[in-house]
Amino acid sequence: MSLKHDIEFTLNGVKRRATIDITMNALDMLREVIGLTGTKYGCGEGECGACTIQVDGVSLNSCLMFAVDCDGRNVTTIEGLANDGKGDALRDAFVEHGAVQCGFCTPGMMMQADHLLHKHEHPDEACVKRGLEGNLCRCTGYKKIVDAVVACGAAEATP
Amino acid sequence: MTELKHYFAPTSLDQAVERLKDGDVTILAGGTDLTPQSQAGRIKFKHTLMNIRHIPQLSGITLEGREIRIGALATITEIMEHPLIKERLPVLVEACDHFASDQIRNAGTIGGNICNASPAGDMLIPLLVLDACVELASMPEAKIYRHCMPLSTFFVGPGKTRKSLCELVTGVRIPIPEANHVARFYKHGTRPALDISTISIGIAGTLVDGSLSNVRVAFGAVAPTPTRAAQTEQALEGQRLDEATIDKVAAIARDEVKPIDDVRATAWYRKEMIHNITKRILSHVAQA
Repeated sequence: MSLKHDIEFTLNGVKRRATIDITMNALDMLREVIGLTGTKYGCGEGECGACTIQVDGVSLNSCLMFAVDCDGRNVTTIEGLANDGKGDALRDAFVEHGAVQCGFCTPGMMMQADHLLHKHEHPDEACVKRGLEGNLCRCTGYKKIVDAVVACGAAEATP
Repeated sequence: MTELKHYFAPTSLDQAVERLKDGDVTILAGGTDLTPQSQAGRIKFKHTLMNIRHIPQLSGITLEGREIRIGALATITEIMEHPLIKERLPVLVEACDHFASDQIRNAGTIGGNICNASPAGDMLIPLLVLDACVELASMPEAKIYRHCMPLSTFFVGPGKTRKSLCELVTGVRIPIPEANHVARFYKHGTRPALDISTISIGIAGTLVDGSLSNVRVAFGAVAPTPTRAAQTEQALEGQRLDEATIDKVAAIARDEVKPIDDVRATAWYRKEMIHNITKRILSHVAQA
């Protein structure tokens, strides 16, 4: 029997409790225990960014985080961003610029882009490329994703 | 099978070091190294997994006398963006800037980077040339015992340090560099992000009238540990940075390092890179 632990945390604005294996990572907890499958497993070692979530306002790789470390913290996943007005603007920008092809990297890209837009309100292309360097996309060649995030930041700049 | 029997998340340093007394504890901070290492089976859990996130004494970046103290839990992002570090230790900001990706910088901690003791650890080379000391805490009797160890003596092998199983790294202390202090860091890899360095170089010293003194040179990924380069330092000490000196020092640096062939580069390539980049850094310093 593996060691279990009860944790309580805020997930997408709602208080949650979960009983999880001590050695489980946050990605497995989200997908297997809680059932939110928007966050993707890509590489399991922090190279691809497909599992990006936000914890206490910063983005991180959920595959590199122990699930027990979510205890008492504020976690946002792509499902939370989807219910947020800012998430709508980012999604629309992705659609408009054709930034989604197979879509597997998209949740992680959007979570990281959202974090980037919180830190840099109107990022230029270089800033977006830098901010997204921890996220791999094997379809688009990145150009459309970068365009989408730059456009989203620029749109927010217009009153 | 894991031997893991307990999970413990102390809220004070006392609780943490008391628990460490039996030495049978795996320490969790940011988790960016421990998660993949444990899942790949490279690290076996001890009896207790101790999450040190909630210990306030391990956080923060502060000016203490003539030193800057960086708490063990400070993330790479926090260090990179902190005004005190930007102003007084810009070489550290440069190293942070080349560290993995935003997501990993947001989670990974300085204490974790030090304890992971990778020969290629990005923060370790600049910390070595800044004369950093590691703060350690333990509880041999009833009270906390703290001491500092120079980082230059801390590493003993890949993933191995002189920290005992009963000790916790609580932070790192860096003396504030004097005026005229210069420090440079260069990391060479195949791509800017998420790369383990092929080689890295740190050079620091006091620059007066074109000569470097109190020279510190450290190399990463060319030995079992991040390491100071005594011969290269000696060759540079007090010398005018003219072309002949720079050529001589770069050649000494190439001969001093003893790298290995691995998946990232051959030993020959690493030695050539040490030579070329040492030369480049010193030329830049000379022109500054």
